[in-house]
Amino acid sequence: MEFLLQPLTLLTFFPLVGVLVILFMKSEAKNAIRWVAMVTTLVTFGISLWVLGLFTASNPDLQLEARYPWIQVAGWNIYYYLAVDGLSILLVLLTAFLTPISILSTWTAVEDRVKDFMIFFLLLEVGMMGVFLAQDLFMFYIFWEFTLVPMYFLIGLWGGPRRIYAAVKFFLYTMAGSILMLVAILFIGIKTGTFNMPEMLAALPGLYSSGAIAPNVQMLLFIAFAAAFAIKVPMWPLHSWLPDAHVEAPTAGSVILAGVLLKMGTYGFLRFNLQLFPQATLQAAPWIALLATIGIIYGAAVSYAQADVKKLVAYSSVSHLGFVMLGMFALNAQGVSGAILQMINHGLSTGALFLLIGMVYEQTHTRELKVYGGLWKVMPIFGTVMLISSLSSMGLPGLNGFIGEFTILLGAFGSDAIGSPWFAGISAIGVIMAAVYILYMFQKMFLGPAGEVTQHHELKDLNWREIATVAPLILFMFWIGLYPAPFFNLIAPAVEKLLLALH
Amino acid sequence: MTQPEYTEYYTILPLIILVIWACLLLLVDLFIPKDRKGITGFLAAMGLALTLGYSISQIGREGTGFNGMVVLDGFSTFINILILISGLLGISLAYGYVKRMGIERGEYYTLLLFSVTGMMLMAQAADLIIVFLALELLSIPLYVLAAFARPNLQSEEAGVKYFLLGAFATGFVVYGTALVFGATGQTSFSGIFSAASGGTSGLLLTIGAALILVGFGFKVAAVPFHMWTPDVYQGSPTAVTAFMSSGAKIAGFAALLRVFATAFPALSADLTNILWVLAALTMIVGNLTAISQTNIKRMLAYSSIAHAGYILMAFVPYGNKDVTSISIAAGLFYLVTYVLTNFGTWAVVIALEKAEGRGLEIADYAGIAKKYPALAAAMTVFMLSFIGFPPTLGMVGKFYLFRAVIAGGYSGLAIIGVVTSLVSAYYYLRVVVNMYMREGDPVLEQESWLGLTTAFTAILTVALSFVPQWLFLLASTAVFRLF
Repeated sequence: MEFLLQPLTLLTFFPLVGVLVILFMKSEAKNAIRWVAMVTTLVTFGISLWVLGLFTASNPDLQLEARYPWIQVAGWNIYYYLAVDGLSILLVLLTAFLTPISILSTWTAVEDRVKDFMIFFLLLEVGMMGVFLAQDLFMFYIFWEFTLVPMYFLIGLWGGPRRIYAAVKFFLYTMAGSILMLVAILFIGIKTGTFNMPEMLAALPGLYSSGAIAPNVQMLLFIAFAAAFAIKVPMWPLHSWLPDAHVEAPTAGSVILAGVLLKMGTYGFLRFNLQLFPQATLQAAPWIALLATIGIIYGAAVSYAQADVKKLVAYSSVSHLGFVMLGMFALNAQGVSGAILQMINHGLSTGALFLLIGMVYEQTHTRELKVYGGLWKVMPIFGTVMLISSLSSMGLPGLNGFIGEFTILLGAFGSDAIGSPWFAGISAIGVIMAAVYILYMFQKMFLGPAGEVTQHHELKDLNWREIATVAPLILFMFWIGLYPAPFFNLIAPAVEKLLLALH
Repeated sequence: MTQPEYTEYYTILPLIILVIWACLLLLVDLFIPKDRKGITGFLAAMGLALTLGYSISQIGREGTGFNGMVVLDGFSTFINILILISGLLGISLAYGYVKRMGIERGEYYTLLLFSVTGMMLMAQAADLIIVFLALELLSIPLYVLAAFARPNLQSEEAGVKYFLLGAFATGFVVYGTALVFGATGQTSFSGIFSAASGGTSGLLLTIGAALILVGFGFKVAAVPFHMWTPDVYQGSPTAVTAFMSSGAKIAGFAALLRVFATAFPALSADLTNILWVLAALTMIVGNLTAISQTNIKRMLAYSSIAHAGYILMAFVPYGNKDVTSISIAAGLFYLVTYVLTNFGTWAVVIALEKAEGRGLEIADYAGIAKKYPALAAAMTVFMLSFIGFPPTLGMVGKFYLFRAVIAGGYSGLAIIGVVTSLVSAYYYLRVVVNMYMREGDPVLEQESWLGLTTAFTAILTVALSFVPQWLFLLASTAVFRLF
């Protein structure tokens, strides 16, 4: 039972305590249920801070390992294995940070089946934590697949009018990718005789150099893993589930989807593709960079054409995550650490945008851009917060987005792996396009003459709860924008180690 | 032929107990009043429980009997226990159902016991003659059970259809046996094995083995021998369908596994390709056809066909010495997964079925989650387990199975397997969508045994996925001495 007290075990499974408590509560006690969920996720966030305190930034290796034999019979070699390193620490913190914020945002937005909602939300947190912490591929796969189930229900039960379609599409699309990964996991599991990452990483170079796994097989394995992750990111042209899922999902679902679930894809590339298949990674880098660049431009262009605000932000994710992928496959220190930071940035700024859109939607029940206008006069606080988040999203210097995108582009320009500065050059246009669609959105909603909605609704500005929901996000936007060093320090040693192994 | 030793009876003692119990039950049933036939059910369950207890005590014991015609080993004990559990679950599902549907007659339970006996004999058979005997013993009661809801036309049709096609399939097995005997002069598995590896293998033997495969392909509902399945599963009383889709499948696979692994390894070069195609076809056709079903019984029939395909994958590498044992163990493990999930699902179906076959459309499941959240949660667990999703046993089972197939060098087949799993997600999710996301007003039959079965299988399906070790161990020790 000693493993129950490991910090990472607690971090991953603590939300289950909340689930158990809520299971035994009456479904009419909505506020009590909300408080239990809130306290549970806040405690989980507290545990994540404790984990950060125990984490040694200068150590590039896996830390705080909780490693116990799990299934060790009949030729199986599976461990219960959780650990954290510089590649995942920020994502773990982001997850723990965004979950209570999302729950706070549902306080008045979700009135129907609150009990089920909170149970699924807490289960989702368990799944997400597990994905970022699991160091055994069997465990990782379980958590990875498991996150689909609560999210499927969140979209399908509390979503918009086309929620069933969106939920099923989300489920099948994502599963389509992960089943190929399953075959690849089993394949390398059989070849190396283990599912646990450090042992696998120790065994693989020998298998590659001896030809036991031929280069083209390595490439196939890379592609199988990449299929799972690229759908999740989502990379162009596998993104078509994203707008549907985002538009139909309830606000809190969108925040978690954009903030954390998409990062599972980019994290997967970082943790598994780059480490397990080094040669294939180097070979594939220009192609991934190409897809990422197309995604950046395509996402930005399609964003601009949207009439629905939520869809606009959803497509902007395709563009932003294109930057993450571009930076990661630059395969140099700047690119990769920029990519990791940009994952966090995107979680903060897009999370904030979804939250804010949700807040105004609660009052107006429409997301059509054309019916808004002149909101600034009626809702100045809302306007200010929205402006900051928008500027952060488009990468204005002084805010977090700039740091991430700048580092990524710097990395991509000088990347040997990508081999051409053109990708970075074209992607830079994406930054300008981001300014175009974000400012277009802002202008349509907040400036100009008062639109239909603004005239006919008694719009109230943000209340204290809503301000408390977004304030922490705004704080971090400024912090990362003005003084990113502490964040880079957490990432740098692990990235260095990763790249050393790669080249 | 020598007179059997006294100790040889121990090898089939579970069967003897069960047959005597069933015969006595036939007599006792005469004295049980018509409106209280539930007592017969209880007594039958007691017989099964007694036999189950004895079978569990047989774990680790080995032996052969009656001139090597029956065998007792880890494999047979594993299968016997699984079959007895299926029998018990089958009775618990039938208990309230037959009363509600007005078909409560004592023979139901005795027939079920005889069928269980046949299935167990199948697991212990070490000779093609015994295989034939067991096949008849398990099938004939099932034909009767399928038509048990007479004079309901659908049920009668199911019975006749099952009987005709079943007899046809048995014919294949007999003919195959004759050819094998013609080629080798042997009917015992060990005799065939030595004759075949001694070089007498030829076209005749291969054809014989292939015919036996066809016969069993029918029993386990593998494509292209699956045509009867949807009609029979739909027409039979649902409690019978539940038992049939689990028990007959276990027995069929048990026989296939033992016959092919112990008698025909020499033919693996020819048969592996056939098995590969059979497995692939079964997975593809089963899953694709299931999509268009609107009746839950038909959908589950196609899903059971699809799952036969997954289990068939475990056979494909059977000639490859290094992986045979892990792939057979994976097959056994998957059988357990399938049986648990299957009974749970059917329990839910029975709980929602109304008289005259109403309440069986998938659309009738709308709104369950609001009214009966626990039932909806259990059904979701079963659907996820069928898809192969965590946190359920189905996921572990598929993981194990695909690992065995890939280790055997059949990555292509594994890819077909995972892609068809994706297809299956679509129709299994439709049940979940209806339960949770559509409005409706379903009415549940509150029966304590049904509720217990549902809870028991749902909890096991989830809990075992976290501690599958002992089941792995059981499955792999079961095949350890098979060769």
